Amino acid sequence: MSKFVDSIKSNKKLQSNLITFGMVIILYVICQSLAAAGILSNSMKGLLIQFCYYIIMAVSLNLTVGILGELSLGHAGFMCIGAYTYGIFAKVLSSGNLSRTAILLISLVLAAIIAAFFGFLIGIPVLRLKGDYLAIVTLAFGEIIKNVTGSLYIAKDSHGLHFSLNGTSDMVLDADNLVIIDGPKGITGLTSGVSFTLGTILVIITLIVVLNLINSRTGRAVMAIRDNRIAAEATGINVTKYKMLAFTISASLAGVAGVLYAGSLSTLTSTSKNFGYNMSIMILVYVVLGGIGSIRGSVIATVILVLLPEKLRFVNSYRMLIYAIVLIAMMILNWSPSARAWREKMINKIKSGKKVKEAK
Amino acid sequence: MENTRPLLEVNNLSISFGGLRAVDDFNITINKGELYGLIGPNGAGKTTAFNLLTGVYKPTEGIIRLDGEDITGKKTIDINKAGIARTFQNIRLFKELTVLDNVKIGLHNRFEYSTLAAILRLPSYFKVEKEMNEEAMKLLKVFDLDKEANLKASNLPYGKQRKLEIARALATNPKLLLLDEPAAGMNPNETKELMDTISFIRKEFDMTILLIEHDMKLVSGICEKLSVLNFGHVLAQGPTQEVLNNPEVITAYLGE
Repeated sequence: MSKFVDSIKSNKKLQSNLITFGMVIILYVICQSLAAAGILSNSMKGLLIQFCYYIIMAVSLNLTVGILGELSLGHAGFMCIGAYTYGIFAKVLSSGNLSRTAILLISLVLAAIIAAFFGFLIGIPVLRLKGDYLAIVTLAFGEIIKNVTGSLYIAKDSHGLHFSLNGTSDMVLDADNLVIIDGPKGITGLTSGVSFTLGTILVIITLIVVLNLINSRTGRAVMAIRDNRIAAEATGINVTKYKMLAFTISASLAGVAGVLYAGSLSTLTSTSKNFGYNMSIMILVYVVLGGIGSIRGSVIATVILVLLPEKLRFVNSYRMLIYAIVLIAMMILNWSPSARAWREKMINKIKSGKKVKEAK
Repeated sequence: MENTRPLLEVNNLSISFGGLRAVDDFNITINKGELYGLIGPNGAGKTTAFNLLTGVYKPTEGIIRLDGEDITGKKTIDINKAGIARTFQNIRLFKELTVLDNVKIGLHNRFEYSTLAAILRLPSYFKVEKEMNEEAMKLLKVFDLDKEANLKASNLPYGKQRKLEIARALATNPKLLLLDEPAAGMNPNETKELMDTISFIRKEFDMTILLIEHDMKLVSGICEKLSVLNFGHVLAQGPTQEVLNNPEVITAYLGE
């Protein structure tokens, strides 16, 4: 046991990862016990599952933005794919005798695979670009996904599936048809509600995947490409392969977040409000404020920034104003050089203070 | 030694950028174990020649053979796998990563486990990572960088960054090492130390080295053979002292 403790003490990366996991678990325990004690308001209960899918979104986007070093503005698109995967699957099977948990679990796997597939497909053209150009094209793909899912009609009858972009009246359907996606009206009649426990488990799985990936041969290759593409190539790193890999995994995890999102709704629609670029930018704000490349930072920033607008409801119309001010304050405190220098000074002061006490 | 196959054989290598022939009819033959210098005034095409050898540019004409294998026009990573590693004129380290990780990236193609094994932390991950750490630390020790293993690469002093770049190149286990102005920006002391390091690498790793350099003290001190480039052409080639005393070379460097 002491050997185990020593090995943790000597490995800083492992230590930092354990802190991240500990944080998530403590947060979970606090929220669960508050809910059990009945202190949590209904609006707060609704927030719990939001924490989960926003954290997964932020952590997976950080894999693209912070670890791979490419700015992606279409992350909500992959979330949309995951959400619709669940929606279609749940709708088709709603009459069957599969339990809701089983449907959720199967669609989580399916969503991860399908979102990864689309990530791969979109990655082929997108990852040939660099910087601003890449950002703009991902933005466009995100919008395409949102618009296509928002105007797609799918119905099922005894002849199988029918697709249309013009409306259900276009399709020749049997009497006992089932409209799965009704264009802009989306998928209706879903069972809402996903447990916070499932959400937390998925957050932890996401963290395991991303953190283990970063601290491995693969992660090093991805970060080498970020730091210096030319040197990475000259050192024998397959740049295309590892860029695709990181982008695909990032998309896949966003798909998982999409299932959580859709699972908490009774009607799933695809609008610019939920899967548009506003959402992608909001997730990017979480990543940037938490610190690009810092996974734990993404988790903390997401929790604060999801909680804040809710907690500021009492100031009504000043809500977004205060939110904006907090964003600016966080940016300055986290990233301005003088603020960082001050923070380091304070940490050193506290540390040296402790040592003096120990010496006494 | 006459009958042994040369390690690097370059014939009629040329590249044109539009109307400019940056490297024209470049020939070089390097035998195993040699320390070869490539010199020339600024803009002579030295780095372009390096970029041709490492596949950054595709040659318009000519053939490059490494150890008998034709590597002309191959991709950079395939040329690296074939056995050519390089450093850069303006240091290109993986700045945000640690010194140890920089070398471990050099080891990337020599030690393998799957991405899945990494995510699931399978036993192969721990086993191979341990081997990689040991191998990387061995290399760092050679360059006296083992104490800085956990520092961020960008926090190293300049001279050590140069050394780390060489260590990373050696980690790929090359047959031929290309050094692009290794002494650029170094003070005389650091240059002296670098000369010792290069001679040491050559012995320790039995390495064949081709280097670009402006520092004549370094060149005349350690290179056995020289090639002089001027306006993309080979001006002179041969044993170091002979080349340095060549009147044409003196003219190109110092002017009439």
